[in-house]
Amino acid sequence: MVRLPYLIALSTLFSYGLLFAFGQMRDFFRKLIDWSKSTSEDLKGYAPICLGLEDFYTRRLYLRIQACPIDCFSRPIASAPDAWFDVVERYSNDNNKTLHRTSNTTKCLNLGSYNYLGFAAADEYCTPRVIESLKKYSPSTCSARIDGGTTNLHTELEELVARFVGKPDAILFGMGYVTNSAIIPALLGNGGLIISDSLNHNSIVNGARGSSASVRVFQHNSPSHLEEVLREQIAEGQPRTHRPWKKIIVIVEGIYSMEGELCKLPEIIAVCKKYKAYTYLDEAHSIGAVGKSGRGVCELLGVDTDDVDIMMGTFTKSFGSCGGYIAASKEIIQYLKHTCAAHLYATSMSPPAVQQVISAIKVILGEDGSSRGAQKLARVRENSNFFRSELQKMGFEVLGDNDSPVMPIMLYNPAKIPAFSRECLRQEVAVVTVAFPATPLLLARARICISSSHSREDLMKGLEVISNVGDLVGIKYFPAEPPKCVEQDEKVL
Amino acid sequence: MLSAAQDLVYGLLPTEEAEDLGLGSLRRHHHLGFLISDDEKSSYNYLKPGIGDLSSDVDLSAFGLGLEHRRYLLAFFSVFGVSIYFGFFCNTLPSFNFKAEVMATAVMNMTTAALDWVSIAFDAPLARAVVFGVHIDGHLVVEVLLIAVILFQLTRKSYKPPKKPLTEKEIDDLCEEWIPEPLHPPITEEMKLEPPTLESAAGPHTVIDGKEVVNFASANYLGLIGDDKIIDSCVASLEKYGVGSCGPRGFYGTIDVHLDCETRIAKFMGTPDSILYSYGISTIFSVIPAFCKKGDIIVADEGVHWGVQNGLYLSRSTVVYFKHNDMTSLESTLEKLTRGNKQAEKIRRYIVVEALYQNSGQITPLNEIVRLKEKYRFRVILEESHSFGVLGNTGRGLAEHYGVPIEKIDIITASMGNALATDGGFCTGTARVVDHQRLSSSGYVFSASLPPYLASAAIAAVDHLEDDPSLLTTLRSNISLLREGLSDLPGLTIASHPLSPIVFLKLKNPTGSFKNDLELLNKITERALKEDSVFIVSTKRSVLDKCRLPVGIRVFVSAGHTASDIKKVSDSLQRVAALVLAEHI
Repeated sequence: MVRLPYLIALSTLFSYGLLFAFGQMRDFFRKLIDWSKSTSEDLKGYAPICLGLEDFYTRRLYLRIQACPIDCFSRPIASAPDAWFDVVERYSNDNNKTLHRTSNTTKCLNLGSYNYLGFAAADEYCTPRVIESLKKYSPSTCSARIDGGTTNLHTELEELVARFVGKPDAILFGMGYVTNSAIIPALLGNGGLIISDSLNHNSIVNGARGSSASVRVFQHNSPSHLEEVLREQIAEGQPRTHRPWKKIIVIVEGIYSMEGELCKLPEIIAVCKKYKAYTYLDEAHSIGAVGKSGRGVCELLGVDTDDVDIMMGTFTKSFGSCGGYIAASKEIIQYLKHTCAAHLYATSMSPPAVQQVISAIKVILGEDGSSRGAQKLARVRENSNFFRSELQKMGFEVLGDNDSPVMPIMLYNPAKIPAFSRECLRQEVAVVTVAFPATPLLLARARICISSSHSREDLMKGLEVISNVGDLVGIKYFPAEPPKCVEQDEKVL
Repeated sequence: MLSAAQDLVYGLLPTEEAEDLGLGSLRRHHHLGFLISDDEKSSYNYLKPGIGDLSSDVDLSAFGLGLEHRRYLLAFFSVFGVSIYFGFFCNTLPSFNFKAEVMATAVMNMTTAALDWVSIAFDAPLARAVVFGVHIDGHLVVEVLLIAVILFQLTRKSYKPPKKPLTEKEIDDLCEEWIPEPLHPPITEEMKLEPPTLESAAGPHTVIDGKEVVNFASANYLGLIGDDKIIDSCVASLEKYGVGSCGPRGFYGTIDVHLDCETRIAKFMGTPDSILYSYGISTIFSVIPAFCKKGDIIVADEGVHWGVQNGLYLSRSTVVYFKHNDMTSLESTLEKLTRGNKQAEKIRRYIVVEALYQNSGQITPLNEIVRLKEKYRFRVILEESHSFGVLGNTGRGLAEHYGVPIEKIDIITASMGNALATDGGFCTGTARVVDHQRLSSSGYVFSASLPPYLASAAIAAVDHLEDDPSLLTTLRSNISLLREGLSDLPGLTIASHPLSPIVFLKLKNPTGSFKNDLELLNKITERALKEDSVFIVSTKRSVLDKCRLPVGIRVFVSAGHTASDIKKVSDSLQRVAALVLAEHI
């Protein structure tokens, strides 16, 4: 986990304090100005669309940190998000309040997209099949799955996904976010309990909020705290009535996208089994990206998929498509197909996108008749481990586990966020910087996502730039110990 | 005399268990009468088992005294004790009834003797001590001592019942005993039903089980499925950008076509800006919570579809429903909420309605809504999923249909999975409304962006609609043709608005239960598909859906349908409805 040095914590807090104070001051003057101007008649009697401090953070802090130099956020691209992509240049006439696109682009090394297996760009096997499906099925069915939205492709992918992840059956959704937020309310309601990892993705949080079940949180990736919570909750029962819980579902992610950490799945499964809680594993980032044959964290950590009750994943990342799936027992899927609102009411997944996933999985499984899938998987693992170890050697504070293609570099101070992002972009490396609310306030970070489509030269270039910028911005918090350098020098001599 | 004081001191001394003490002092004074009448020694002996008994068996709350009041109880008895003490020492209370009653002479003598002895014992070393002119003797020492004890007791924390946490063993047993319900209820036959699988595009004609059928189940209102121009733009986009965008909008998931699509839609709708979502249904349920928070008021139609319901629920706002498409009900609701409520001015108020209700085929009278909204100062969130590209002379939706200026509607959302025949959704409004969502709308911020080829398809579809508004005339004539054909169905009646491309057929004589109604309707749709190759669908209701409007058959009309398709569906429905609903007419 993160070790936050005292001095850095202090300086970070000071920076935010300063921003906050300036923000308040600006708000004060804004109010004065607004007050002196008479407000237009139309708005009289309406409460403002954003009340008081509700959007204070976005207006006065976020926009200054990330977006006021908006060039750090929502940078448009003009090509596929492959190893290199074209970042559109923008200009502003009003101090970055609004940005205008130009037709100029800069070719940058892409260290930001979730393109773990390199399926984002045109692929010799996938793209022709996708275009063929597009011509046959059109981009949309204009209908929900339960009505007229089920095509051959959908049923084929459901079978394929079930086979791929090792579950009897599966169900598809047109969007990863909706998969979580629509399935969780269907699984449990009043009298149910959701025990969720503290760093779970917003879609899970919203799904839990959308169900009428109670929610408890356990410390990030801590099986012992999970056990504590489970024991307490089973003994206590429901609040007020103290009736026993109807069912308990523990929700964890395979790879935590902001931490790069792998879930401690074997330990968590053991705890859940002991206390008869159901497990729900969100493999949004891990499916396809880790494991010997790309089957996700279960394969990587040696967990039997029978022990995971519900396996969720998305097609947005490794498969370079869109949508999500739930894989579980035949009965659960039958029940979900009857109950889940997104299956009943939402437009079904776009057929060409379905075809993309089918083709990508076939490549991964080697069913396309080549070994490209295995190569891609080996490549993403090698690349990730190489990049991570190099970053650590340089003295960056890198989070996450080996084998994970996601690696956050800690920045901490708010001023370093745009500095790092801009300077990297200037040197033609596109990285993602993340700050509050996606991370805790003090733990701002840059996030690198490694792809199998990166060549060794790409990675060397990325490392070089990040190292230079790291020196400039001052984020090498763990400089290599001097004795090592001496040894190396001797060797050179 | 001293016994009382002694007794009091015993009573006040902190013993090991606070519980004992509280009860002890209570019990002792309760029984003060015979305690003191007894031998002093025995009285003391009596106390001990008394304390023990009480502590083990009696719950103090049984005395009708709140445990938290122990401190006051103690203080009361302390004062009581002190007054007795003063009574004895100073003889200022010679007529103290209590004393007179309880003091047997023998004891009196003994206590006087003992007290004298104690006084002497105290007095001896201090006999001549004078501090600041105050003569210090045993009398004063005991008083000070008592006061000290009282003060000490008053400073103690009030009594709280000890929490007896469950032992590890007990928790183990509870965990052992707990039996969770299965993840899913028992599987019934209806859950096993699979929808028909399409073997070709879901256009006006499609293939199911190797048979060509006419498709009235897809909301392909403009007949754009299979349109060459759209497919060409998709192919170009696929070749350039790949399929997925591999990232959320904030993290290099913004592709230039997304921005183009946003501008195109805003331009088409005549609004300042718009924002794209990657899935139709997630649009509305992200937009509502982005603007409405706890404490805000939302007035919503009871017939809204699940996506809206979910958004309302997620917002945690105060939601008040009005009767489906009933403007008098809306007005009275607004009146009730705002009349005399000065606070209402300071909180945000929204009206949430669907332009064209997918649960009934009704159209919201927008002119009325705008009048009421302005009268009561509410903002309007309008869900246009089924009306965008359908209503209005040029397909710009409900505002155009009613001739209401678009600026009057604060927030418009729509899915692009219907008339535009692509996927995803958009929200449009002022720049402020749109910008707010870019940082606060969870479905936008936390989800991968729309696949670029679908954005290209949307642009192409909007272009197509703008270039060729005759699609809308075809659609409208198809709708009226179909309504004519279905006007006198046996057992079924048309419940939808004359302009609605969803022709909603409900039972003339409902059975009174959703399930039975739905079974009947499903029988009709199944037979129509099997016997007449006509693909129509009934409304499905999830158990999570709170909408209680009657179920029905939805016939989705498209501009792509020909007159013979429409004749086919009318004939089929005439025939099958007569057979299935024979007993229900």
